[in-house]
Amino acid sequence: MVVLLKTIMISGRTLGQGATCESKTSSEFFKATSFCSLSEDDYNYLRIREGENVLVTAPSGQVVVSAQTDEGLPSGIIFIPMGPWANVLVGPDTGGCGTPQYKGIEVEVEATDMKVKDVRELFADLDKAERKVRS
Amino acid sequence: MIIEDVLCPFCGCLCDDIKVEVEENQIVSVKRACRLGSSKIRGHERIKAPMIREDGKLVETTYEEAYEKAAQLLLDAKRPLLYGWCSTVCEAQKKGVLLAEELGAIIDSTATVCHGPSIIGIEEKGLAGSTLGQVKNRADLIVFWGSNPSEAHPRHAQRYSSNSQGKYTPKGRKNRKVIVVDVRKTRTAKNADKFIQIKPGTDYEVISALRMIIAGKGDALPEQIVGVSKADLEEAAEMMKSARFGSFHFGLGLTHTRGRYKNVDNALSLITDLNSHTKFVVMPMRGHYNVTGFGQVCAWETGFPMSVDFSRGMPYFNPGETAACDVLGRRETDAMLVVAGDPASNFPKAVVEGMADIPVIQVDPFENPTTYLSDVVIPSAVAGVEVEGTAYRMDGLSLRMKKLVDSGYPSDEEILENILECVRRRQDDN
Repeated sequence: MVVLLKTIMISGRTLGQGATCESKTSSEFFKATSFCSLSEDDYNYLRIREGENVLVTAPSGQVVVSAQTDEGLPSGIIFIPMGPWANVLVGPDTGGCGTPQYKGIEVEVEATDMKVKDVRELFADLDKAERKVRS
Repeated sequence: MIIEDVLCPFCGCLCDDIKVEVEENQIVSVKRACRLGSSKIRGHERIKAPMIREDGKLVETTYEEAYEKAAQLLLDAKRPLLYGWCSTVCEAQKKGVLLAEELGAIIDSTATVCHGPSIIGIEEKGLAGSTLGQVKNRADLIVFWGSNPSEAHPRHAQRYSSNSQGKYTPKGRKNRKVIVVDVRKTRTAKNADKFIQIKPGTDYEVISALRMIIAGKGDALPEQIVGVSKADLEEAAEMMKSARFGSFHFGLGLTHTRGRYKNVDNALSLITDLNSHTKFVVMPMRGHYNVTGFGQVCAWETGFPMSVDFSRGMPYFNPGETAACDVLGRRETDAMLVVAGDPASNFPKAVVEGMADIPVIQVDPFENPTTYLSDVVIPSAVAGVEVEGTAYRMDGLSLRMKKLVDSGYPSDEEILENILECVRRRQDDN
């Protein structure tokens, strides 16, 4: 049976994200932003096996990211560095002030054997080159 | 050649003590900068030439053709959006505002997905501001609320705040107390005397409780306020009231979460309340090195700091209606110019979908996901490394960015000037 964790996602800056954000097509940016941090309790609860990732689902979309623990996180919050992986989960509503809610999003997390998409694959459905090929 | 006192074109700290070694027009070493600044100054792989999309593929072209195509796409649109602006200098931003006015376009900056709610909060309540120099020299209490400078502004603590040595704080960290309020124990929290861990989306309630305690109405509060003990808040309130000079630095923990600008509004009221007891100042931790500059330029040109709509023939400002994510989310925009920003990465995916169906023009030194959605790509020189110009630090101090090396790429300002000329010529022809 799949173990499902209902939790809250926040996104934010990290040193790695900042140091690579001007080279977004690099493997360094991929490593720095395509993961999710969880508390040790939440990580263990999900029974993530060696080589597995996590599938994070929000009302606005779902994304596969790798998983790691962060001792600074309490149980009930997961963290994804700001960037295109986190933003799949962020809804378009701006709350009447122009700014989407990038923190405090209700999500469900489960272990998965699906792979993490690279940045090009992540935009494949919107990429104008890909859209042209399809049409 | 060693160039001293270089300004760092990464974050709002705008550190001005960087030492860069240049040999044969190449940057060979960067000293004193943090990992973020050093990475930016050293540089990354560049977009090599201007490109126009033909049959789905981006094909190399000349700058002249790219300018003409960009002008045509913008003029053909009914509701063009000019977006980005915060990783470039004020001279380019000024040209951007002019182009928006000529086109009757909307101009918006990356502030709207960052500290936009702070600006709205400040417009509501006003800001008891100061320079970072005052904080460094005088503040004996530093509060970081929903901000994690250890990762986002790595030299803030050492140069300006908790750990810096100033005129009246010669012992640095020993002369100061530090309070951190956050939903998780960040690296910044590990340096705190008092860490208050709150639940996501409860900033407004916690600030309100603090304001009640400071106003002497703490008796009316329950023992636990949204999961935080009253005793913890009483201790923090006492630290704030007894400071000689307190400084409150807030980040996206307030603006990106439930409540958004109302959280900032309440935090600014807390600072006003504290000024009845002692001296307290407050400052948003601005991200991009010149996001503050765009707010300044846009305000002096249009009267408003962001999200300005020129479609009525005069500036109109109503974030929630005229911000980039609003007009893209409603699929209202029918052409987009992106300068020194990467909305494809930084907007919600559901908003980015709005860029996939319209012509997009990108002006940037680096390839990024916005390039995948662009129809015209115009590579530019890196402002603050290859181009000089003015930028505003997060405290509103204007500083002059240096040119360190020559570049074969045109500056953002030059590119915008050329697009503007093409727009004006085509308008005259009609």
